[in-house]
Amino acid sequence: MPGLEIDGLRVSIGGRDVVRAVDLHIAPGSCAGLVGESGSGKSLLALASVGLLPRAARVTAGRIILGGDVTVTADLDRTAKVRGSGIAMIFQSPRTALNPLLRVGHQVGRVLRRNGQHADLTRRCAELLGAVGILEPGKVARLYPHELSGGMCQRVMIAMGIACEPQMLIADEPTTALDVTVQADILDLLDDIRSRTRMGMLLISHDMSVVAERCDSISVMWRGAIVEAGTSRTVIGSPRHPFTAELVRDVAHRPQPKDRPAQRSPAGPADGPPTEARG
Amino acid sequence: MDLTDDGRTRGQPDDAGPAGGPGRSARLRSELKRHPSLVAGGALAAATMIVAVAGHLAPPHNPLAINPGHSLAPPGPGHWFGTDQFGRDVFSRVLYGLGLDVVIGLIVAALAFAVGSMAGLVSGYLGGWIDDIVMRVADLLMSFPSFLLALSIAVVLGNTVRNVIIAVTIAYVPYLLRLTRGSVLAARGADYVLGARAVGASRSRVMTLHILPNVVGPAMVQATLMLGWAILDVSGLSFLGVGIQPPSPELGVQVAQGASYITSGQWWISVFPGAAIILAVLAINFLGDYADDKLRGQGS
Amino acid sequence: MRPLIEVRGLRKDYRRGGAVLHAVDGIDLALMPGEAVGVIGESGAGKSTLARLITRLERPTSGGVFYQDTDVTSLSDRALRRFRREVQPVFQDPLTALNPRWVVRRLITEPLKIYGERDAERRVDEVLRDVGLGKDLMTRHPRDLSGGERQRVAIARALVLRPSMLVLDEPTASVDMATKRTLLALLNRLQSEHGLTCLYISHDIRTIEETCSRTIVMYRGRLAEEGPTTAILSSPSHVYTQILMSSIPRIDSAETRPGRLRARPFSRQHLPDTGCLFAHSCPRVQPECATDPPVVEVTPGHRAACVLADRASDQSR
Repeated sequence: MPGLEIDGLRVSIGGRDVVRAVDLHIAPGSCAGLVGESGSGKSLLALASVGLLPRAARVTAGRIILGGDVTVTADLDRTAKVRGSGIAMIFQSPRTALNPLLRVGHQVGRVLRRNGQHADLTRRCAELLGAVGILEPGKVARLYPHELSGGMCQRVMIAMGIACEPQMLIADEPTTALDVTVQADILDLLDDIRSRTRMGMLLISHDMSVVAERCDSISVMWRGAIVEAGTSRTVIGSPRHPFTAELVRDVAHRPQPKDRPAQRSPAGPADGPPTEARG
Repeated sequence: MDLTDDGRTRGQPDDAGPAGGPGRSARLRSELKRHPSLVAGGALAAATMIVAVAGHLAPPHNPLAINPGHSLAPPGPGHWFGTDQFGRDVFSRVLYGLGLDVVIGLIVAALAFAVGSMAGLVSGYLGGWIDDIVMRVADLLMSFPSFLLALSIAVVLGNTVRNVIIAVTIAYVPYLLRLTRGSVLAARGADYVLGARAVGASRSRVMTLHILPNVVGPAMVQATLMLGWAILDVSGLSFLGVGIQPPSPELGVQVAQGASYITSGQWWISVFPGAAIILAVLAINFLGDYADDKLRGQGS
Repeated sequence: MRPLIEVRGLRKDYRRGGAVLHAVDGIDLALMPGEAVGVIGESGAGKSTLARLITRLERPTSGGVFYQDTDVTSLSDRALRRFRREVQPVFQDPLTALNPRWVVRRLITEPLKIYGERDAERRVDEVLRDVGLGKDLMTRHPRDLSGGERQRVAIARALVLRPSMLVLDEPTASVDMATKRTLLALLNRLQSEHGLTCLYISHDIRTIEETCSRTIVMYRGRLAEEGPTTAILSSPSHVYTQILMSSIPRIDSAETRPGRLRARPFSRQHLPDTGCLFAHSCPRVQPECATDPPVVEVTPGHRAACVLADRASDQSR
C-alpha cells in the first residue's frame, strides 16, 4: 500500500524532541487529518514529509517513505526531485507564501519548468488557474499576489501544488487565514481534486471541525506525539484521550445558546482549567 | 492569524528582573558575547572619551604654546606625535581638539534631536496644514546635501563655533524630524493609542505618554550616529576654513594646517588629527549599532 | 425600556485611491441595557468600522450615534468624556492594544488617573480579582504574559471605570481554542454580574453563539439579517446567511451533509453598488434584486433584507 508512510518518526531541534515516534499513513485517494495546537509539532511533521526540515532540525529516528519508493528522510536528493511531482505542500498564509515580485501565472509556470515540463506554459498555467476555480484565468495570471484576495492567492498556491499532479499533497492549515465561506470553497476544491486524481492528502489544522468534516481518518497531535488516531467517526464519536475530548468540545455547537442576559447558559467548567493552567 | 500560545509557553522576559537576578557581571558578560559591536565600540569609545577628557583638562603640553625652536620635530620621546610648524605639541593638540570636537558634536546631536523629534512629534500627531508646512520646509532642506547646506549656512552666518553648531544642526534636523514623524504616524494608528483615547485621554496626554516614548527610540539611535557625522562635518567645515578658525586646535583645523607639510615629509601634523577623527567616529558608530540592536530586540 | 445605545442610518466612507469604499452603508441598530448582541460577517463586512463608530473612535460620514437618547455623533473628544467612561472597547490583539512599555498595574490604573478617581489601588485590585488575575502580574509587561492573560488585562482595563457597555472586537481572535472557551465564559459571567450591555464583533460564529442572545449579519457594510441567535443559526432567512451557516464546518454532520449552498464565483471588478449588494454572488438571485431589497420581518424580532425572506426558507444544511 503505497501513499505516504511515516514510521516511528522522531525529530529533534537542539537536543529537544519536537516530534516523537509518530506513525501516520496516508493511502492514495484518502484524506488524513492531523489536529493539534500551535507548538504541537504538526508543521514540522509536514516539513519532514517533503524533506524541507529547517537546518537546525534532525531526524533522529524512524523514516518517511513516499509511494513505497522514495525514502524522504534518508534520500534528500531524490526527494528534491520528486517535490512537486511526487509530493507537494501548501501553506497557511497564501499571500506571504507567494513571491510578491512575480506575477502569479509566472509562479505557476516556474513549478512546471522546475519539474521538467517546458511545453506550452502559458496555456497550461491558465488551465491550472481555471482548474482551481479562478474566473478569467488568463487575466488573473498576469496579476501580482497583492492584487488578489486571500482566497484567490490560496487557489494559486493550490494550482502550484497540483501543477505536476503529485500523488500526495500536504496542506498545512490551508484555510485558517480565510473567511469561512472561502474556506468551505477551498476545501471543496481540494476534495474535488482528490476524487478526480486519486491524490492522497494530509490536512493539518488546529480546528477539529474542519478535519472532522473532510477527513477519513484523524490523528491528534499533542506536544510532538500522536495521542489518538482512528477513523473520523470513532475519534469524534468516542474520543479516548482527554485532549481529543477537549478539542471536540471546543468546536461542538452548544445545544442551548444564550437566551436572555439574565439567564446564564449552562457553561462548562467556567474558569476552572481542566488539565493545565489556562490564561 | 497568529494563535498565541497560552499558558504553556510565555514570552521571554527582557531582562532578569529586579536586582536579585543572576549576577550583574554574568549578565554583562553574556551581553558582551552577544553584541560584539558593544565590545568594539564600548572599548574604543571609552578609550576615546577618557583620553579626550584627560587631554582637555590636563594636556601634557599647552596646546597653544608656540615654541619655534622645536618646530617640525618628528614623533619622539618628548613629543609623541611630534610638533607642528609652530613648535606646538601635536599630541596635546590632538587630545584637546578631540575633546573639543566631541563636545561640539554632542551639542549638535542633542540640539538636532531635541528640535527634530519635537517637530516630528507635533507635526505627525497633529497632521493637517501644520504637517504640510513642516514637511515642505523639511523637504526643502533635505534637497541639499547636508554638508553643502551646512557650508552655505556657515558662510552666511560667519566663522564662529556657535554658527558652525547652528549650521550643522539645521542640516540634520529634517532627517530626525522625518524619522520621528514616520514613527508617530505608525504609532498613531496603533490600537493602544485608540485605547487611550477610548478611555478619555486628551490629545496631549496621548502624545506625551503613549506616542513619544515609543517613537524616540529610533530617533535616539539616529542621533547617536549623527554625533559621528557631526564630528565629521564640523571638522570638514573647519578644514575648509569656514567653521572654526585657528588657533583653535579643532581637529579639522589641524588637518588643514598640516596639509601643506605632507609633501615635504612632515606627515604627523595632519595624520594624527585625522586618525583621531576616524577613531572617534568609528567608536560612535559601533555604539550606535549596539543601541540599534537593543532597540530592535526590545520592540514588540 | 429605552435602548442604551442606538445608531441610525450610520454611514462611513473611505477614499481608496480614487474610488469610494462604503465601509458602513446605512446601519440601524439598537441595544437594550443588559443585552449581548453579536455582529457577524466576513472580511469587508464593515464590522470593525462599526465598532469604531459606535465607540466614537471615528466619526461617521453620516447618520447618528445616540447614547441614552443623547446625540454623541459629532461631539468633540472633550465633550465625550462622560460617554467614554460608559462605552469601552476591547480590541482584538492585546499585544497592540496595550502600550508595550507599560506594566500591567500602570495599564489598568491609567483610566482611573484620567478621570481623577480616588482610591485607585483598591479599585485595581478589585477588577483584577474580577477577571481572575493574580496580583503578581501587576509588575509584568504585556509581552511577558500568555495570550489569555493579556486579554484579561485588556478586559480589566475596560472594566475599571465601571462602564455600562463593552464593545468587543474579535475578543478571542488572538488566543488559542482552549483559552477561547475560558475567556468567553469569563465574559458571560462579567456581563451578567455587572449587567453590562455587550456588543460582540466576530467572524467566528461560535464566539457569538456562546455569548449573544441576538445577532446581526453584515455584508459589505449593510445589514443582511438580524434576529435571535438561535434563529440566525438554525433558520437563516437571507441567502447570504444561509450560505454562511452552511459553510461553517460542522463536527456532527460529516456524513449526513447534503450539498452545501454555495455562493456563485464572481469577478472583483464588477461588484454592484446599487440594489442588493450580494446579488452578484447570490445563487438565488432574482430580477427584483437589482433594486434595494426590502427589509422583511420574518418573525417578530427577526428581519432580513432579502426578497426571498418571506418565502419558505429551504436552506440545504
